[in-house]
Amino acid sequence: MAQADAGAAFEDAQTDSSGRLTTADGTPLRAALRRAERRRKVAAFLLVVPLLAFILTFFVFPIAQMMWRSVDNPQVVRALPNTLEALRDWDGRELPGEEVFAALHADFVVDSERPRREQAMGPLGIRLNYELSAARSAISRTARSAPGFEAPYRDAFVSSHRLWGQPELWRIIKREGRPLTASYYVAALDRQYDEDGSVIMRDENRRIYVSLFVRTIMLSVAITFLTFLLGFPIAYYLSILPMRHASLLMICVLLPFWTSLLVRTSAWIVLLQQQGVINSTLVAIGLLDDANRIQMIYNMTGTIIAMTHILLPFMVLPLYSVMRTIPPSYMRAAKSLGATPFTAFRRVYFPQTLPGIGAGGVLVFIISIGYYITPALVGGQSGRMISNEIARHMQQSLNWGLAAALGTMLLVGVLALYWLYNRLVGADSLKLG
Amino acid sequence: MAFKLKLTGATAAASLLALSAAQANEPVTLTIVSWGGAYTASQVRAYHEPWMEMNPHVTIINDDGSANALAGLRAQAQAGNVTWDLVDMLPSDAQLACDEGIIMQIDHDAILAAAPDGTPASEDFLPGSLGECFIPQIVYSTVLSFRPDAFPADGQPETIADLFDVENFPGRRALQDRPGTNLEWALYADGVDPDDIYDVLRTPEGVDRAFAKLDTIKDHIIFWTEGAQAPQLLADGEVAFATGYNGRMFDAIEVEGMNAEIIWDGQVVEWDGWVVPADGRNLDAVMDYLYFATDTQRLADQAKFISYGPARASSAALVGDHADLGIDMGPHMPTAPENYFAPIVLDNDFWVDYGDEMRERFANWMLQ
Repeated sequence: MAQADAGAAFEDAQTDSSGRLTTADGTPLRAALRRAERRRKVAAFLLVVPLLAFILTFFVFPIAQMMWRSVDNPQVVRALPNTLEALRDWDGRELPGEEVFAALHADFVVDSERPRREQAMGPLGIRLNYELSAARSAISRTARSAPGFEAPYRDAFVSSHRLWGQPELWRIIKREGRPLTASYYVAALDRQYDEDGSVIMRDENRRIYVSLFVRTIMLSVAITFLTFLLGFPIAYYLSILPMRHASLLMICVLLPFWTSLLVRTSAWIVLLQQQGVINSTLVAIGLLDDANRIQMIYNMTGTIIAMTHILLPFMVLPLYSVMRTIPPSYMRAAKSLGATPFTAFRRVYFPQTLPGIGAGGVLVFIISIGYYITPALVGGQSGRMISNEIARHMQQSLNWGLAAALGTMLLVGVLALYWLYNRLVGADSLKLG
Repeated sequence: MAFKLKLTGATAAASLLALSAAQANEPVTLTIVSWGGAYTASQVRAYHEPWMEMNPHVTIINDDGSANALAGLRAQAQAGNVTWDLVDMLPSDAQLACDEGIIMQIDHDAILAAAPDGTPASEDFLPGSLGECFIPQIVYSTVLSFRPDAFPADGQPETIADLFDVENFPGRRALQDRPGTNLEWALYADGVDPDDIYDVLRTPEGVDRAFAKLDTIKDHIIFWTEGAQAPQLLADGEVAFATGYNGRMFDAIEVEGMNAEIIWDGQVVEWDGWVVPADGRNLDAVMDYLYFATDTQRLADQAKFISYGPARASSAALVGDHADLGIDMGPHMPTAPENYFAPIVLDNDFWVDYGDEMRERFANWMLQ
């Protein structure tokens, strides 16, 4: 429509007295063209509005919110405004003086007068407990009696809970008394603050996340490689079969796709466990001694096997769609020019499948890096991944700040890898079908 | 025009009046959140069905969301759209929700029925079970079970210490993948008195001691995550020992006929019960339900369907036979005297305060 308008404008182009091009009704041609162009843009924009709104509401907004949660830190500021004011000049070494404790008392009194839903001490205790064990009970126990405290407040607080007498709690209150915090990221990197406020490694026996990140990436690479190894021949065979047979075989590839994830995972448990089908068969035919049954599940092996199976179609489909488009005549041409079958494959066929390998690899890798149901069921202790920890913090420990920090790091990691892939291979060459 | 408007307003007011008069029998739908499976089934038969018979205008929807109840409550409170009316959860989670102000504080004597002999509710419920926002229903325990066929007839395990004795009791052990129960048992097996366990665990040396004890069986452990996995591992013969909830173990042994036995030594005892989300929509119906479902007879009735002990002292005498199997449920209660000889009562305060730190330690220990 807009194009037709522009076309019409061209056909009827005339020159006005000053020599400028105009349309039949005398408007300058340039303006008419611009108007037509704008109309087309608006129409195009209106067409994508529903999709854009959907992406903004269900994708961009939740992710932005998650990232916000990883630094959002309102609890201390809201609960202890007077205390933070009084702490401003505290050097962070000795226990703060009476005036700070008096301010703390004032904060507790103010809070006890708020309606229950708006009280800030409960969330404060939960927040401080992330930094220091037992801080929650220091707050909640004190909150009941604090409004009745008499001066000197310092003694009253210290005798109500031992933590009030420890400078460490006060350092944490001062440090977290800002609306934004980095402490979730500090924890997510297995680090902590020392007495001077600088970041150091956490106690050796409390480090978990960094090694889990490393393991998650290694497992995902291994799974991606295995799906490639298994998927490439299947995809190749599918691509050279006549369409009729290919569709039949394709159904076999897709069949597990249509089966519930839990059913497939449970099936692997039945097959792989020590009293399971595979072990029992090996024992029955005498290949294995009954006492030495192989441990194939509830460890890393279990995670790799089950996830490779589950993610295989994501590798086969892009490979297949790319291979289907490679004309068989190329290989024949290479061979007729004297290449051995291997050279022809290596120099002619294989490079043409790279877009498919890239697409499948990126797809499998990104999906497996965020997987958590299968590792939780068959991974045991050595086959767990970082997403299991994220899920635990979301659902059980409810430390959403830490979950958000871990999730953001995972997201940034995936984006960085994607960027790297784009630099090395080029995202334009991705082909998903 | 103005007259007409007034008339419509009056009609609307009148119809509103009529509506509120009819409200008493207006259909109400309650969403009750619980643990699903055999546990929800026992609540349906002991509480929901008799209560709905008395209140035909109420429909109860069962939601199996208790495993993530805290996350759900918080999400609903933050969204300002509370769709759950009553939630079954653990006291440690209830305490956190209570601290956040997203569930109601409970005045137990004002809301709950007294015992038949007139003892007020706050004295009738077992000591230490009532929480600021928490109404206990049952006592459950985490127990150790084993396969008798994995050991010689004259060398069957009997204590928690045997779990940590891989020389005399070889075979793999299925433990839950969290520090709770495992740390308590490690110390108990190491000779700490059940009453002192949490005092020891509050010291760094005590924690080291517990992990050192766990180290001795580390190579023989399979970790389970979901409650149903433990009996399954035992039934499949994957392990010789498994920890699990006593109700599930009862179900697997008595109902499914699994070959396993429960060791009641060192059972870790905990409560489970109701909390009421703040700003719920059907508070009247919920309070009426709670009064009924937590009275002495109803708590005793639940034990007919699942082997968890009633949380009221006055209910113990009323516990009868299993509704379907016909066996006497008394001896299967965690609180039966012959089972309750060395209980470890789970200290929720400890786990709320130190849970994060212990979980980190435990996760680190599992990864090593």
